[in-house]
Amino acid sequence: MATASTEAWEAVIGLETHVQLGTASKIFTGASTNFGDQPNTHIDPVVLGLPGTLPVLNEKVLEYAVKASLALNLQVAEHSKFDRKQYFYPDLPKNYQISQYDQPIAENGWIEVEVAEKGKDTYLKTVGIERLHMEEDAGKLVHAGSDRLAGSTHSLVDYNRAGVALAEIVSKPDLRTGREAAEYASEIRRIVRYLGVSDGNMQEGSLRCDVNISVRRGPDAPFGTKVEIKNMNSFSAIQKAIDFEIVRQIKAYEAGEPVVQETRLWDEGKQLTKSMRSKEGASDYRYFPEPDLGPIEVTPQRREAWRAELPELPAAKRHRYAEQLGLSIYDARVLTDERAMAEYFEAAVAAGGDAKAVSNWVTGDIAAHVNANRFSINELPLRPSELAELVQLIEAGTISGKIAKEILPELLEKGGSAKTIVAARGLGMISDPATITEVVEALLAAHPAEVEAFRGGKTKLQGFFVGQLMKQTGGRADPKLANRILVEKLRG
Amino acid sequence: MGIAEWREQLKRGELSARELTDHHLARIAAVDPSVHAFLEVTTERARADADRIDAALAAGEPLPPLAGVPLAIKDNLCTKGIATTCSSRMLEHFLPPYESTVTERLWQAGAVLIGKTNLDEFAMGSSTETSAFGPSRNPWDPERVPGGSSGGSSAAVAAGECMAALGSDTGGSIRQPASFCGVVGLKPTYGRVSRWGLVAFASSLDQVGPFATTVADAAEVLQVIAGEDPRDGTCLQAAVPDYAAALQQPVAGLRVGLIRECFDQDGLAPEVAAAVMAAADQLQALGCELVDVSCPRFNDGIATYYVIAPSEASANLARYDGVKYGHRSEQAGSLAEMTARSRTEGFGAEVQRRILIGTYALSAGYVDAFYKKAQQVRTLIRRDFDRAFEGVDVLLAPTCPTTAFRFGAHSDDPLAMYLADLLTIPANLAGLPAISLPCGFDAAGLPIGLQLITGVLEEPRLLQVAHHYEQAARVMEGHQAPDLVVRR
Repeated sequence: MATASTEAWEAVIGLETHVQLGTASKIFTGASTNFGDQPNTHIDPVVLGLPGTLPVLNEKVLEYAVKASLALNLQVAEHSKFDRKQYFYPDLPKNYQISQYDQPIAENGWIEVEVAEKGKDTYLKTVGIERLHMEEDAGKLVHAGSDRLAGSTHSLVDYNRAGVALAEIVSKPDLRTGREAAEYASEIRRIVRYLGVSDGNMQEGSLRCDVNISVRRGPDAPFGTKVEIKNMNSFSAIQKAIDFEIVRQIKAYEAGEPVVQETRLWDEGKQLTKSMRSKEGASDYRYFPEPDLGPIEVTPQRREAWRAELPELPAAKRHRYAEQLGLSIYDARVLTDERAMAEYFEAAVAAGGDAKAVSNWVTGDIAAHVNANRFSINELPLRPSELAELVQLIEAGTISGKIAKEILPELLEKGGSAKTIVAARGLGMISDPATITEVVEALLAAHPAEVEAFRGGKTKLQGFFVGQLMKQTGGRADPKLANRILVEKLRG
Repeated sequence: MGIAEWREQLKRGELSARELTDHHLARIAAVDPSVHAFLEVTTERARADADRIDAALAAGEPLPPLAGVPLAIKDNLCTKGIATTCSSRMLEHFLPPYESTVTERLWQAGAVLIGKTNLDEFAMGSSTETSAFGPSRNPWDPERVPGGSSGGSSAAVAAGECMAALGSDTGGSIRQPASFCGVVGLKPTYGRVSRWGLVAFASSLDQVGPFATTVADAAEVLQVIAGEDPRDGTCLQAAVPDYAAALQQPVAGLRVGLIRECFDQDGLAPEVAAAVMAAADQLQALGCELVDVSCPRFNDGIATYYVIAPSEASANLARYDGVKYGHRSEQAGSLAEMTARSRTEGFGAEVQRRILIGTYALSAGYVDAFYKKAQQVRTLIRRDFDRAFEGVDVLLAPTCPTTAFRFGAHSDDPLAMYLADLLTIPANLAGLPAISLPCGFDAAGLPIGLQLITGVLEEPRLLQVAHHYEQAARVMEGHQAPDLVVRR
């Protein structure tokens, strides 16, 4: 990695995030939004912009956009409108995109982002959000004869994606590092997934980020030249692309070379950004109000009804878990990453499980099992109330943690009552001193040499006796009681 | 014979639907070589439509309102599986995979599709001279234009090639050709009729409407095509009143406003002014009160229109790039060249001129001075009308400053051509319903059109006044278009 004297420099970073809204049909017509099907199977006359067709707004798209706006603390406009953004490109069927220009559905919001980086203190940062607007997605060009435009013999157009609803979320230039940008983007993803308005799948392109970045000599210096970076398919790519670009721009300034206003592409293979095209002045999109669609009206009543349907959002959960349930910041973060996991956790706690114990099970064995099997925690046979029962059995001293771990695989596979399994198999903890004493005495009698050695100072042999004791009792002996009696008897 | 009379004849078995359709097909075969109203005559389809009506009648089924009525459709309205060209090379071979809402409603109402009519390319023009497939001719004088852009539909009705027709009106494209051809042409309130399937020229102005020989027939067609449509978000959600019933309401006591600015035109032909004033007198004789009104911004309409309409058109016509359908140039070596060449080859000069005007008016640095300013003036024009309707029930004006002009009269001067729409454009800008109906003839025997305008959704009042005038004035009596039959 190249180095530069980054001390005095500050990066100014803003993100434009395109989120595909997960409605079953497209923004202005009933065609399906399904991903990954045969090319041009989800098209109709409106998608193709055939002569005489008209767009009609899918009301579900408006609902999703308003809900996302409310979750991002944006001010939702009572009156907004659609505009036509004009440019010629074959993936754009009408050669204009129906978007929102000067009256977006929502403006001026913020989100709280938790910035965690290895070896550094985790901190909270409030990131401003300029606006959210609705627009239609374009289709896709497939270059034949080569996987890239260069070298291809011809190009094919797939309009399956054309007309899929997008929410474009524009951050304020409040971000300063690649890590902050990656955390911001992942928080946006978390929020839209919590809301159920998007699957946020970056590989499939349901969430795409473009970065605007410049560097300057300290917070009071004038802004440097802004560069746009595209083509990042993961949060780590966003972070690495920005970190690379910061160093590249600083080095350029320090070497007295100009930084040009341009669009650069992140090359994941080479781990660097490269110039795609320079922007010859600003593009003229000849925006004007879309005459085929009426004004968009969101009454305060409608807005508040949608607000009432919002779930508790990840940041609120993180705060509550840490402050009210006493969990660590780390655990709170892991538990709230996915809404389903958080809800599983909360249901188990509500069913009477101790929060810390439930958290340990959920983030540990259960998460590992779910991830290994690639299914959602919602599909796990072990229901939250059953996990609570298991946790309560340990807490009450009915079974040991060891027994709990032993029966867990069965519970994960089939679910069911831990209490029933324990009773059926006689796995309950032995807490009767007389029973344990009996076993200990028999054990010492069977191993006179080891007893002799222990008494001669080889106290490490205590572990051997504990092991034997647990073996004899099938691991059911109350560990504290067993240890106490064993030590008593060993010492004679 | 009007639609109501035909319905009675059909029921009484005096004339079958097939006979009526064959009569019109024969008329088309006889006169269309000289009129050229049609781009395509759908003979087989028409006969099948008519036969279905006759079969339904024979089976004792109830007859829908337009049963067996042969209709012509302007060729910018999509008809499923039937070429819809907009009189453009660009769409010469375009077969829509869907039906426009208005035509779908007509077929459901039993109407017979007799053919698709000529128009100025993409409805941009006032004479049909910009049609890529040659102009239509005015049945009253084949040396003159039928008006435009819906000149094929107006000529077809005037020449007796169909009972009624559909056109579209963006700046006068129904009323002006109706005036030139001596027929009734109605532009409904913006949003009264669905635009689904109407190939867009200027989306905020376009409206579909009927041509007919009488006001009553125009009302019958409007009755069928009007009403909300879930496929058109700009379509008004308002109940459709009974227009036929409205025609019978008395007009005595209604206030008719004469728009002062319309009569103060330099280019207004004296014979046109005299005929329209005579029509006003006729309404007064029927008990209407004549009121002098002013719409100060009326004459700014044309400048406003020629910014807004081309701006919207420049975007609406951007889709014709040769990628998905329509004309694709064989000559192109690159994508940019394919787009440019396809459009240069596919569009005629007038369409290209309007795309350029619109692109310019929306460009950064000009959009405030042109497009946004034009929108502001549009609002002022609308307010002028609102104020005028505080004092009157209906406004009266000539439809056009002149009668039909000769071919080529304005072909070197687009601005002179644009002035033909001077008196019709304001109703489009304000979204108001307006009708043109014959009110006299000039010395050359060419028809003169009277224009009436009412407030939003006041089509019942509009049709009512037009109908009473028509019945009282009997303008068409004793007038007949020349024999158009070409004899070999």
